[in-house]
Amino acid sequence: MSTVSVKEPLMHIVKRDDNSLWRNVYIRVIAVVCSLIVCAFIIFGLTGMNPLAVYGGIWNGAVGTTRRMWVTFRDAAILLCVGLAITPAFKMRFWNIGAEGQVLVGALATAGMMITFPQLPPALLYTVSLLAGVMAGMIWGAIPAIFKANWNTNETLFTLMLNYIAMQLVTFCIIFWENPKGSNSVGLINKGTKEGWLPSILDNGYILPIIIVLVIAALMFIYMRYSKQGYEISVVGESENTAHYAGINVKRVIIRTMMISGGIAGLAGFLLVSGVGHTISTSVANNRGFTAIIVAWLGKLNPFFMLIVAFLLVFMEKGSSQIATQFGLNENASEIMTGIILFFVLGCEFFINYRIEFRGKRHEEVKA
Amino acid sequence: MQQQHAIEMRGITKHFGLVVANENVELTVRKGEILSILGENGSGKTSLMNMLAGIYFPDAGQITIDGREVVIRSPKDAFDLGIGMIHQHFKLVDVLTAAENIILGLPGKLRLNMKTVEADIRKLTDKYGFEIDLTRKIYEMSVSQKQTVEIVKMLYRGANILILDEPTAVLTPQETDKLFDVLRNMRNQGHSIIIITHKLTEVLSLSDRVAVLRKGESIGTVDTKDATEMSLTEMMVGKKVVLDIDRPDPVNPVSRLQVDGVTCIDREGRKVLDDATFDARSGEILGIAGIAGSGQKELLEAIAGLRPMTGGVITYIDEKGKSRVLSRMNASAIRELGVRLAFVPEDRLGMGLVASMGMTDNMMLRTYRGGRSFFRQRKQPRSLAQQIMEDLEVITPNIEWPVGRMSGGNVQKVLVGREISSAPQVLMVAYPVRGLDINSSHAIYRLLNQQKKLGVTVICVGEDLDVLLALCDRIMVLAGGKVSGIVDGRTAKKEEVGLLMTSDQYEQQSAKEETIA
Amino acid sequence: MSIFLIFLQKAITQGVAILYGANGEIMTQKSGNLNLGVPGMMYMGGIAGLIGAFFYEKYAANPIPFVGMLIAIVCALLCAAFGGLIYSVLTITLRANQNVTGLALTTFGVGFGNFFGGSLSKLAGGVGQISTIVTSSAFRAKIPFLSEIPIIGDLFFSYGFLTYFSLALTIFLHWFLYKTRIGLNLRSVGESAATADAAGINVTRYKYLATCAGGAIAGLGGLYFVMDYSTGTWMNNGFGDRGWLAIALVIFARWRPLNAIWGSLLFGGLYILYLYIPGLERSTQEIFKALPYLVTIVVLVITSLRKRREDQPPAGLGLAYFREER
Repeated sequence: MSTVSVKEPLMHIVKRDDNSLWRNVYIRVIAVVCSLIVCAFIIFGLTGMNPLAVYGGIWNGAVGTTRRMWVTFRDAAILLCVGLAITPAFKMRFWNIGAEGQVLVGALATAGMMITFPQLPPALLYTVSLLAGVMAGMIWGAIPAIFKANWNTNETLFTLMLNYIAMQLVTFCIIFWENPKGSNSVGLINKGTKEGWLPSILDNGYILPIIIVLVIAALMFIYMRYSKQGYEISVVGESENTAHYAGINVKRVIIRTMMISGGIAGLAGFLLVSGVGHTISTSVANNRGFTAIIVAWLGKLNPFFMLIVAFLLVFMEKGSSQIATQFGLNENASEIMTGIILFFVLGCEFFINYRIEFRGKRHEEVKA
Repeated sequence: MQQQHAIEMRGITKHFGLVVANENVELTVRKGEILSILGENGSGKTSLMNMLAGIYFPDAGQITIDGREVVIRSPKDAFDLGIGMIHQHFKLVDVLTAAENIILGLPGKLRLNMKTVEADIRKLTDKYGFEIDLTRKIYEMSVSQKQTVEIVKMLYRGANILILDEPTAVLTPQETDKLFDVLRNMRNQGHSIIIITHKLTEVLSLSDRVAVLRKGESIGTVDTKDATEMSLTEMMVGKKVVLDIDRPDPVNPVSRLQVDGVTCIDREGRKVLDDATFDARSGEILGIAGIAGSGQKELLEAIAGLRPMTGGVITYIDEKGKSRVLSRMNASAIRELGVRLAFVPEDRLGMGLVASMGMTDNMMLRTYRGGRSFFRQRKQPRSLAQQIMEDLEVITPNIEWPVGRMSGGNVQKVLVGREISSAPQVLMVAYPVRGLDINSSHAIYRLLNQQKKLGVTVICVGEDLDVLLALCDRIMVLAGGKVSGIVDGRTAKKEEVGLLMTSDQYEQQSAKEETIA
Repeated sequence: MSIFLIFLQKAITQGVAILYGANGEIMTQKSGNLNLGVPGMMYMGGIAGLIGAFFYEKYAANPIPFVGMLIAIVCALLCAAFGGLIYSVLTITLRANQNVTGLALTTFGVGFGNFFGGSLSKLAGGVGQISTIVTSSAFRAKIPFLSEIPIIGDLFFSYGFLTYFSLALTIFLHWFLYKTRIGLNLRSVGESAATADAAGINVTRYKYLATCAGGAIAGLGGLYFVMDYSTGTWMNNGFGDRGWLAIALVIFARWRPLNAIWGSLLFGGLYILYLYIPGLERSTQEIFKALPYLVTIVVLVITSLRKRREDQPPAGLGLAYFREER
């Protein structure tokens, strides 16, 4: 054939039409394995330590003891909760990267209630602090939504800015509540009486938040899939024009959805204060708002997949802080490793959606 | 030896996943000729040309330019070979000026001196007689001005072979004539020109030769002087078709929808619909003709309650003669009133349907709100989807298959099927057969006639005058947002409608002359 | 008067790092990439420069200030550009989501900075013990003679060279974007990749180069913070939220480098304003620290209300480009 003499592009990218579940799973597994190999080289190169021992340390740190295991489960649940908060917004293609701030204000409101009304009966105090947390998150979510709905203000940048305003708000309040005075920190709220602390179930302080989050996950799944509002969110996300045509009040859906999104993030804030830390600081959200975006995206907005991603990320984080003490590695090693794993998993999406055809293969086809 | 060809394409094949865009296509273009590529929508004209322009890369086949075998991997390769393509959706950057757009991507001194660049372009525009303000931003320009920028952009790049994709779709007849003069002028200067179109009159008046594509395959190339509308249609659609559309007489038509003085303005504050007044009757098909963008879309959306009006009244008169004012109500309020308006919009996947959802979920798009329940009903939509799939012979693997991945004809069947299933009193359809093959088109005509016989008021916006004249009982013509006339579909002549379509430009012309005088 | 003078001086010092970050991000966003990894890349640039200077001073018998400075700059540029490269491979070649990739890059970059910063501190004998006096003093060298002029000298000539370079770079960037062919092409890539592609511009190459160069520029901001502002040592998370402030500044400047100059001064000023307003409670100070973000939101809202075409973000921002998409 005469085409041999002609220079053709070496390769050529084609979108995949078929989508088999198994291939998707195994591509992701390969990506995680590759990332662990790269991390191993980096660990060895930097520290000269045996990477397998380090990985063993990670495993040990994350689920090595019953207590560690429960902590890992609980933190995964809370990360999942923030991811669930983002889900409806992302489904609507509203890029809410303000979950960090929404969690913070939720936590702030909860702490405020616990500090202000310790004398309330427990059931009432739980209700009040829960409501306060959720309401605060809702307001924080609604603000950018109102501007987006009415004037199409860029929500990515708006929600990003609100995170830092929330942070300053928390610092502001801490100064009023600090204990002891001048310490710039609040300390354990209601330390002696434990008022407003979420109770233990079966002598296990970790279970209740986990149950709450699992219930929210189930509800979110049903809401998105079977409710009329969930349907509206999907339509608005797909095309505002279609939504308009279907008689959907797009503005109302945007604002309502962001209130739900912010509200759940606020609830995560409530859990963090009332159920986990029993204190308030700017690091209470601890970047969960950002990590949750990764959870929601990699989990394809499906609560079940998101659960897996959230668990993996928390597993890495807990494991790495263990190896920091065990091997004298710097604790920030976990962020580097998490980053590398994320890069690989993000990159592997390409091989799920596209196919590469090489020059040689094409020629065979032509001849055949 | 034979005369050397500007372009030879041999055995060109291109697939997109499972969709075949082109299969073993042969095409030759001579130097200094205007070649029309004729074919129905979806016959693979645009994808074939995209392979010349370096946008797509063929799966198989050879391309020869000026007798030399070439590989076109990118638009840059195409420019280097002297090929320039003007896409249907202009490839211009809105916030840049005309001159900036023209020199995009060209080599030259790092430092940009727009003055010298503009002077340089000016030489070219003077040579061909283009009128164009080079310092103007693209977003401030009209469609035909943008097209001029595109043509200049290609010529400035030294394009010898110019490809135009449906260049007249958005132009007025005057602008079209002007464009054709430019193209003839360019041919006379030795350029080869390829124009993609499905309008037979343009093919016959402009081109030297016609290449016909059907379903991705090349059918043949003929000299225009040997071709007639009939012979070309035959090549285009395969078998000999008589445009044989049924037109039953309306059964006691009564006025159902009265539109009085409806006016709409767009975002920039221009009147896109200006004092439109007419009535639509039960049991008849009212056609709406006009150049693209004459207010058709706005009119239908205003009636459907999807677009705010700045003036006018829309009144609906029910079977018992009771009238209700619909204007200033939104779509859901109209539905709550018990008035069933069905609307098949022009943008099927971007407005009428949700592309990523299956038939079932799309069935409930306009009805999901029914009932008190917080949850949505899927049972009824599912059986409706099943029924539409069977009745209208929709080809899809199953009813949950995303409609966005169906072919154009099937998408339209799903949409029309859903709208008809609501047992409408008024059915509005915009460009119902655009992009559909002959068989699907006839299926749609039958559905419209069926509704008409049921006593439904059918309003049909169309672009093909022959179809409108064969299908509709009355035809209203819009020009520049105004109703320029309403004619009887059975007696009206095509030329008559054509004149009405452009009446506003004559008005403007005479108004201008008056002011000058 | 003198307090005001000090305030201005400090505002400038605060603004420089943000200005670099914003310039890098403007460059990146003009190619259509919304890189939220800027904070990470700034950390990477900062730590790499510090590492370079540290080892040079440790192993060179007689460290020469200028050489140390050069090494630090090259390390910072390369490392931060590497961050941009990771982002480019993922979003341009592999078409990953830009927001998510950017956030992952920030996680990675901040971890990278703190990991090596912490390790280096340990090597040097404890937190804050890293010492790169020779190199740092080169970065901090004031302009001789001119800086001794009263008031004017303090206000205009009392900064390290990276401060002046940031101004020069900004002006250069403006010239580059608006007065050169390559700049024009770059802007068209960010506005509409399909158009640029059809005009024969190599979209992929432009996106890669702009994103990596943008990363490198942002990295200089980190370098400035470490070598000049913090006098050549490392504090974990010491850089704080300045990276995000840089992204805010891009919006505030409406994607124009020249606006970023006075914007950075304003942001720097707002960032430390609470220190200079007498009689502020500690609590009110915290509210003042939120001002740069509030101001950004106000600008964001105003531009969306005014809808001026020239003030909008690049139209293709955040979108991946695939020629054969259909």
